[in-house]
Amino acid sequence: MYRIVRKKVLNPTVTQMEIEAPLVARKARPGQFIILRVDDEGERIPLTVAGTDAEEGTVKIIFQIVGSTTERLNHKDEGETIRDFVGPLGMPTRTESIKKVCIVGGGVGCAIAMPVAQEFHRLGAEVTSIIGFRNRDLLILEDEFRACSDRLVVMTDDGSYARQGNVTAPLKEMLEAGETFDEIITIGPLVMMKFVTLTAKPFGVPVTASMNPIMIDGTGMCGGCRLTLNQDGRRVTKFACVDGPDFNAYEIDFDEAMSRCRMYFNQERRAHEQTCNLFKNA
Amino acid sequence: MAIIPSKHEMPTQAPEVRAHNFREVALGYSEATALSEAQRCLNCKNRPCVEGCPVNIQIPDFISKVKEGDYESAYRIISKTSSLPAVCGRVCPQETQCEAKCTLGIKFEPVGIGRLERFVADWHNAQSLSAAEKPAGNGHRVAVVGSGPSGLTCAGDLAKKGYAVTVYEALHAAGGVLVYGIPEFRLPKAIVAREVETLKQLGVDVQTDVVIGKTLTVDELFEMGYEAVFIGTGAGLPRFMDIPGESLKGVYSANEYLTRSNLMKAYLDDPQTPIMKGGYVAVVGGGNVAMDAARTALRLGAEHVYIIYRRSMEELPARREEVEHAEEEGIDFRLLCNPVEILGFENPDDPRDPRNGFVDGIRCVKMELGEPDASGRRRPVVIPGSEFELHVDTVIMALGTSPNPLIKNTTQGLEVNRHGGIIVSEDGLTSREGVYAGGDAVTGAATVISAMGAGKVAARSIDEYLSGK
Repeated sequence: MYRIVRKKVLNPTVTQMEIEAPLVARKARPGQFIILRVDDEGERIPLTVAGTDAEEGTVKIIFQIVGSTTERLNHKDEGETIRDFVGPLGMPTRTESIKKVCIVGGGVGCAIAMPVAQEFHRLGAEVTSIIGFRNRDLLILEDEFRACSDRLVVMTDDGSYARQGNVTAPLKEMLEAGETFDEIITIGPLVMMKFVTLTAKPFGVPVTASMNPIMIDGTGMCGGCRLTLNQDGRRVTKFACVDGPDFNAYEIDFDEAMSRCRMYFNQERRAHEQTCNLFKNA
Repeated sequence: MAIIPSKHEMPTQAPEVRAHNFREVALGYSEATALSEAQRCLNCKNRPCVEGCPVNIQIPDFISKVKEGDYESAYRIISKTSSLPAVCGRVCPQETQCEAKCTLGIKFEPVGIGRLERFVADWHNAQSLSAAEKPAGNGHRVAVVGSGPSGLTCAGDLAKKGYAVTVYEALHAAGGVLVYGIPEFRLPKAIVAREVETLKQLGVDVQTDVVIGKTLTVDELFEMGYEAVFIGTGAGLPRFMDIPGESLKGVYSANEYLTRSNLMKAYLDDPQTPIMKGGYVAVVGGGNVAMDAARTALRLGAEHVYIIYRRSMEELPARREEVEHAEEEGIDFRLLCNPVEILGFENPDDPRDPRNGFVDGIRCVKMELGEPDASGRRRPVVIPGSEFELHVDTVIMALGTSPNPLIKNTTQGLEVNRHGGIIVSEDGLTSREGVYAGGDAVTGAATVISAMGAGKVAARSIDEYLSGK
């Protein structure tokens, strides 16, 4: 059992929790993820580590309430426990020889992008962060990003806060103005990552995308998290849980990944509705 | 007394009934049947059956006790060499091991050794209330990585000798392939839980949610005070065929499909973990895992289930009983067939059609057997122009696995072969001092009992290594 030490509502659909898991806290590096199970009958879901406190033995997670499991998790309070919490899984984000980085985060993906930005900042790299949200109400972690970025651009789709538009707009402007980066790291919805990649391509800047596919064990056993890379004209199957979650974005078949992540769309929506009704009646 | 020429039949649920439920297929011998079957054992002098058993259960001795009606003594004889009697009685391929060597089998059908083993283990589990006794400790600590058949066997054998053993399991439940892989209808989860409980009574500490190679490394285990480590991490990355369409929605590895159904309980009515149910299902492969996946699909509500295998029935590697059960249940075997492409639904007029990208069919070619290959089996060759299509909604790839890379990648000096299997000596010792390994992590996909045998060998070696310290 793993205790919820702190819980904070970041916006109406996004919650932050700090979970007591000393072994994971000691090991986890930015870019890695954990798998949790809320209760005995729960499913296993992967969530990226949003920060750690090795001394306190806690791991920070930030999640969006999108389905039955995250709904159940969100109903847990400080002091309560969750059944399973295992990690750190996957490979950490590569930071070597990157002196100037652009982090492009979208929505709840910013929760994953934040520790990556912090790590680059800590290592002394020059950090540009571009973070985008649908609207003002969904904005999260602005202060945290400001603290670890040399330059921060905030975008909202509807213009209800900061600048209106997609994250690709300021990225394109920077690149067109002759700005260069050792690496662009993009974390967020698949469609956003696809367009960040397309935006960067003409300028030849390396792009890494952090993938978050459907997963069960997270240790390289089930193969549910597989994705296809196009490498030198060959299609190569990779497993996000052990080979990733970060991949060279130019090689990723984003369209296939977008299709695969909707495999259980209807079943999940039904399950979420049932769970919501359960809590309503309780 | 005249010898009964045939094994007593194993009573089973009727095929038309069991195809729609997840309860155990084989129901087990009654006491009267067990007594009568035990009488068939000749108690011959040279005891070839013992040689045929990877863990050398003293088979004629336990059968003699069954003849006397002393089932508890029979159980004690089995459990002296096997940590998982109720499991082996159910899932061992006896026809190629102990029973293949049985003297009676030369003229008649061999003794139903596996069925008797199961009877004895079930009798013990139902009747015996006494907890296993925890032996006096010898002061040595051993870490076991993975709680599948090799890990549990190694842990059990060492605990009986007084070692303080901790088993580290990556998943949330102990049992490894016995819980995530083998379905309820072949090996009820309660039986695995009971065997794990017995190990705990012996003093074995089971830690779930710990991934060795990630949460802790092998080196850290030594720093924590463990003097030897056994690696039994089992199957790893699932293999695919590298044909077009394998990333379509509705294509599973058997590992994923079975894990969703077994470990995540998608076989229950209201699961939190989703799985695609119903429709037409094709399972590709011919091993036990393929049979398990096909029969699971049927029980989850599939209308029709194919097994597609590129060789013939003779080469089918699955346990004979599973193949027979699958046939009785109506699984459609398409032998000497090989998939070349998985076909997906695509609505040309509507890119937002929710059916787009889901499996719609499988294109196969027919095969014939040619010259024997390196394995001695006749190599299947494509018959030109034999392409055909089957309509299916789900495809399950049961083609085996490659060993898990997590420990190899984080343990310096641990040598692996070109398939990724950990290299061990005859004693189960790896290239690192104090580190032993066994099971699928060494051999690639094999059987429960061979993994148990490897766990046993390693336990003996670890005991020799540490008692010399």
